Amino acid sequence: MKAVLTAFVALFLWSLPAAAVQPDEMLADPTLESRAQALGKQLRCLVCQSESIEDSNADLASDLRVLVREKITEGLNDREIKDFLVERYGTYVLLNPPAQGSTLWLWLAPGILVALGGAAVVLILRRKSAAKGQGPAPLTPEEQARLAKLTGSDAGIDRNA
Amino acid sequence: MKQRLLYLLPLAGFLAIAGYFAYGLTLNPQELPSALIDKPAPTFELAPLDDRTPGLATADLAGEPVALVNFFASWCVPCRAEHPILTRLAEVENVPLYGIAYKDEIADSIGFLNELGNPYDRIGVDQDGRAAIEFGVYGVPETYVIDRDGHIRFRHAGALTRQIIERDIMPLIEELRK
Repeated sequence: MKAVLTAFVALFLWSLPAAAVQPDEMLADPTLESRAQALGKQLRCLVCQSESIEDSNADLASDLRVLVREKITEGLNDREIKDFLVERYGTYVLLNPPAQGSTLWLWLAPGILVALGGAAVVLILRRKSAAKGQGPAPLTPEEQARLAKLTGSDAGIDRNA
Repeated sequence: MKQRLLYLLPLAGFLAIAGYFAYGLTLNPQELPSALIDKPAPTFELAPLDDRTPGLATADLAGEPVALVNFFASWCVPCRAEHPILTRLAEVENVPLYGIAYKDEIADSIGFLNELGNPYDRIGVDQDGRAAIEFGVYGVPETYVIDRDGHIRFRHAGALTRQIIERDIMPLIEELRK
């Protein structure tokens, strides 16, 4: 039983996330290949749209994978390869939208929302602590005398003392 | 009173976001804007399909008041569907029509044109799809309208329909011919 479980866990750990990249597309140099895969993960497959070219089986994704590897072999850096594709396919080809124009809000919104939420929390907490400090006004001497008379003792004056 | 109005703020926020999403639903996510609009057509040089029709290169695109570039393939069903519309447009409007055979066997492309007729004045063979990547093509068919200076003025991804020709392409052709 234990052996079966061990084998199962071992198999589970052994499995890797499936990538669409084909052996014949890969570069011989593992450093360059891992660079190509990292870059490909940031590039959108225009056909399937929600997948990166590294994950997609579409024909165009395969062509783009080969193109990215060619450009890497030619010595272009990641920035230049991205620019090459953006020039042709627009910023849509980048899975991470650039912080410019209409997508600026996308990048700024989390910060703005956190700031707004934080401000609201601070305001509410302040208001609460201010309300606590005020409390009801202390009894006047006449009221204390009346209370003592009613209870028949001086216990009402200050129990907490 | 002021306090009460404050409670409506989340509702207002919700309505604003819902409005955006409702508008988003009316858009077609498959229709990507071309990055090359109003830019020069990319550099490419493609061999001819056979000796009946010359090949196609960037230099061939400029010069005419207006020209069309159409990416097609014999294996592409919508290409078959748009073929008569494309043929009619080229013949009736007398617009130079250039074809690019996208990732197709040469014999298959020739068979496709033999069967349906060849409306193209020039045909370039793009077997590895590199010219298509230069244009930002992400599927066939795609059609580009090129102006006198060889700049891309319009791109339609997908099969041409009568509606697209009447609404988008014809007005542009008339404008470019002025």
